[in-house]
Amino acid sequence: MLPEISLNILDVAENSIVADASLIKIMVETDTSENKLKVTIEDDGCGMNEEQVASVVDPFFTSRTTRKVGLGIPFFKQAAELTGGFLNVDSEVGVGTKVEAVFLTDSIDCMPLGNICDTIFTLVTMNSHIDFVYEYKVDDKGFVLDTREMKEILGDVGFDNPEVSDFIRNYLYENEAEVKGM
Amino acid sequence: MKSLEELKAIRERMQGQVGVRSADSSDTRVVVGMATCGIASGARPVLNTLVSEVNEKKLENVTVTQTGCIGLCQFEPIVEVFEPGQEKVTYIKVNPEKAKEIVEKHLIKGQKVEEYMLHKGAEHKGYADFVKFDEK
Repeated sequence: MLPEISLNILDVAENSIVADASLIKIMVETDTSENKLKVTIEDDGCGMNEEQVASVVDPFFTSRTTRKVGLGIPFFKQAAELTGGFLNVDSEVGVGTKVEAVFLTDSIDCMPLGNICDTIFTLVTMNSHIDFVYEYKVDDKGFVLDTREMKEILGDVGFDNPEVSDFIRNYLYENEAEVKGM
Repeated sequence: MKSLEELKAIRERMQGQVGVRSADSSDTRVVVGMATCGIASGARPVLNTLVSEVNEKKLENVTVTQTGCIGLCQFEPIVEVFEPGQEKVTYIKVNPEKAKEIVEKHLIKGQKVEEYMLHKGAEHKGYADFVKFDEK
């Protein structure tokens, strides 16, 4: 098992990258009154057919050829279901894939969200050819990071520029702290 | 709320600056395995440490990238260093502290950190058996 929800998000988003997505949307929404945490990872990658969608939650299904197991989605599903929540996969060939997981945060089996800032930072800076929209919400407060907006401002200055990557890290950490009211 | 205004300032500072360069074949590539196995064993902080160390030390000829499963899941987090014209060096069971050491010793001073390398670790961890199993 991956010990944090944010590590599961990183892992599942890697599938979107392999699926050749050009835009990946990640939403992390907490509803404190209902004790719910909803995670959505949506991409415009190659998508999967019905048979693949059905088998993607099976640990003995994988698209890779090096080995016969694939644990990313099964881990994520198990983590959500342990809390009384669920995981849904919607996909269409040529359109994209949407993975949605709901965690009941008052369950003793609910793993911590963990360091979601580092997950998003890793995804954004390591895959600058892909656009990301990340939305973090706690009840009615929240913030958005949209790499398309950033790239428009930056022009030919890349995310690998140390000042830019520092900015992205700080943007994530500071805005998350503010949303949490810290 | 932190806004994107700061980015405009960064962009203006960077404009016209020489030294904006893209990766080429003379670069040293540092590759971190980031599949489920790598992530589960702690590859995310390793990758982020490598990126910030390389930035901080201004190692302009080093690119840090990620890859999928390298195939040696029990040795994750794995960091591979590819230097042009040299054999690949594989570091196993890396953590952020070891990553810093690898940057300091290998990438800056050119001394491989033998004790974290695959062939060293394998002597104690039955690597030969693993390879035999894998070939079956």
